[in-house]
Amino acid sequence: MATTNRPDSPDRETLVQMYEIQNKIKTTDERFRSMLTSGQIQLIYYSPRGQECISAGYAVHLRPDDYVVTIYRGLHDHLAKGVPMRELWAEFLGRSTGTCKGKGGPMHITHPESGLVVTTGIVGSGIPIANGFGLASQLAGTDQVTVVNFGDGASNIGAFHEGMNMAAVWKLPVIFVCQNNLYGEHTPMSMSTGVEYISERAAAYGMPGVTVNGNDPVAMWHAAGEAIARARAGEGPTLIEARTYRFYGHLMGDAMEYMPKEERKAAMAADPVPAFRAWLLENGHATEAQLAEIEDKIVAMVDDAVEFAMNSPEPSLDELYTDVYEEITK
Amino acid sequence: MTTTEPRIIPMGVALNEAMDIAMGLDEKVFLLGEDIAEPSGGVYKITKGLSTKYGTHRVRKTPISEAAIIGAAVGAAIAGYKPVAEIMIMDFIAVCLDQITNHAAKIRYMSGGQTTVPMVIRTSAGAGRQFGAQHSEMLEAWAVHTPGLKVVVPSNPADAKGLLISSIFDPDPVLFVEPMLMYWDPQYACDVPVGDNRIPLGKANIVREGKDVTVISYGKQVHDAVKAADILAAEGVSVEVIDLRTLVPLDEATVLASVSKTKRAVVVHEAVTRCGFGAELSSRIHEELFGTLAAPVARVGGQNTPVPYAKNLETAFVPQVADIVAAIKSLNK
Repeated sequence: MATTNRPDSPDRETLVQMYEIQNKIKTTDERFRSMLTSGQIQLIYYSPRGQECISAGYAVHLRPDDYVVTIYRGLHDHLAKGVPMRELWAEFLGRSTGTCKGKGGPMHITHPESGLVVTTGIVGSGIPIANGFGLASQLAGTDQVTVVNFGDGASNIGAFHEGMNMAAVWKLPVIFVCQNNLYGEHTPMSMSTGVEYISERAAAYGMPGVTVNGNDPVAMWHAAGEAIARARAGEGPTLIEARTYRFYGHLMGDAMEYMPKEERKAAMAADPVPAFRAWLLENGHATEAQLAEIEDKIVAMVDDAVEFAMNSPEPSLDELYTDVYEEITK
Repeated sequence: MTTTEPRIIPMGVALNEAMDIAMGLDEKVFLLGEDIAEPSGGVYKITKGLSTKYGTHRVRKTPISEAAIIGAAVGAAIAGYKPVAEIMIMDFIAVCLDQITNHAAKIRYMSGGQTTVPMVIRTSAGAGRQFGAQHSEMLEAWAVHTPGLKVVVPSNPADAKGLLISSIFDPDPVLFVEPMLMYWDPQYACDVPVGDNRIPLGKANIVREGKDVTVISYGKQVHDAVKAADILAAEGVSVEVIDLRTLVPLDEATVLASVSKTKRAVVVHEAVTRCGFGAELSSRIHEELFGTLAAPVARVGGQNTPVPYAKNLETAFVPQVADIVAAIKSLNK
């Protein structure tokens, strides 16, 4: 059982809300993979399966006006922050009704109304940009916070170092969430990273750093809550290293030869989403009927979004030339 | 009617005035960059006094972290601010190019227009002070090749001021290239109007009218083009000189109208000739006016080498007035 029992656990409503988010991510991912496997759709797909609890754990602390920045493996963050399912599916499928009119795609999902402000396809690049959102909140004197998500691989790129340092020097309200799934593309962390825990690096910048079991929703909720409260209070940034596992490799179709079979099997056997579901029931936080109702609702939501996206038109060819600049140019 | 005395100031002061005016007009404008706050006011003193006037929260001294500087500007711009980031020397653009080309330039497009990045990157550039290969390059062609960026290269203090205010209030990211040698050299000082005198982006300036040949340039080389025109005037050749001011957006109409009239064109810039902006402009002129040209378009640019250190080599790298004169004469053969 991955979930921690603590007397100061979140209330029942929050726990169920976290499960709902996790299930939404899991169900959406499963639909994408089945439609890809059966050839109904074609796209480059980076499955977030296995990492659901991290997004759910921070997202329930956020307000719509808080900012989230994420990366190409970002579907879990998009859904957790509230990007609407229909527009999300339509964007993944390159349709005019997508969040970005079909012009960004899965690697660039943007939905400012939900606070999902940047999705980048360049490893580590979201970190310096997140500082800009933090700086904007600081200059405006609001208590908005920015959560920036990235992988373990990103902690080895220059933008991480520059960004973490600047955030610490300026005490920016930014929470750095390193979703450590133990692999950077096809290379295990042990072959790319000189420290055992990425959170150790926080000390080098003079900011708090913590490693948490990212598959333990309650532990993740606590770590995120503390970091977000600190940022809201103007006490500066935090690095959270959330340890997890990527069930389906770097991208869909990856043969995963570099991932030991036993390791992956064990991780999938400990799938955090059903584990949390069982924990909720065992501890009396939810009833079977209640969770089944949530799950049915999500399946219906995904069905609806798939139908919406599949029936939406591609962008008109004029869209090629719009949004390069404010004024249309050729 | 009252006449005002001309106010002759160098480009360094004009740029400072532009930022002062923009910050006074709009609280969302802020500056960030290395050493830009007091007491230094920037290594070239371009931001002198501004942190005292507006506070260090709006005139922010940063770590030597160009990617973090541009990244912070990108995020703040999306969040509604109008950042003006200073990259001390243009060669340093190379260490933050990801933030410039993959993010500042593309975010409007990738988001389908939902998020925009109204920011300015000011940077100093150019050879002539023996700073060597990593502190002397003109790299504007990199930015011109990236859809989503606007590119401005002023040639005099009045333009620098008017174009910088326009750039700060422009809805798109602007790379603003300041010819380093012109900052404080009195020979480049000129009359600069007081107040908010904006010059729109995308409007070239016909610096000198002529009928035999058109020289198209920008930045410091505009002055060399005018000197070449003076020399040739004495020989009976009438040279029209166009200062592009901005490369993106490009005032193609003014260029094509002029070359339609003169039927001869020379493009001049300091940047390396190979794949420089002159290659694009020459190509556009040929595409539009091929049948009417009296001679192929000539290009005068930097040598296809890194910028060397030794004074004689550096001078040999940079196009000189004599090179422009020779190129113009070659069109009449």
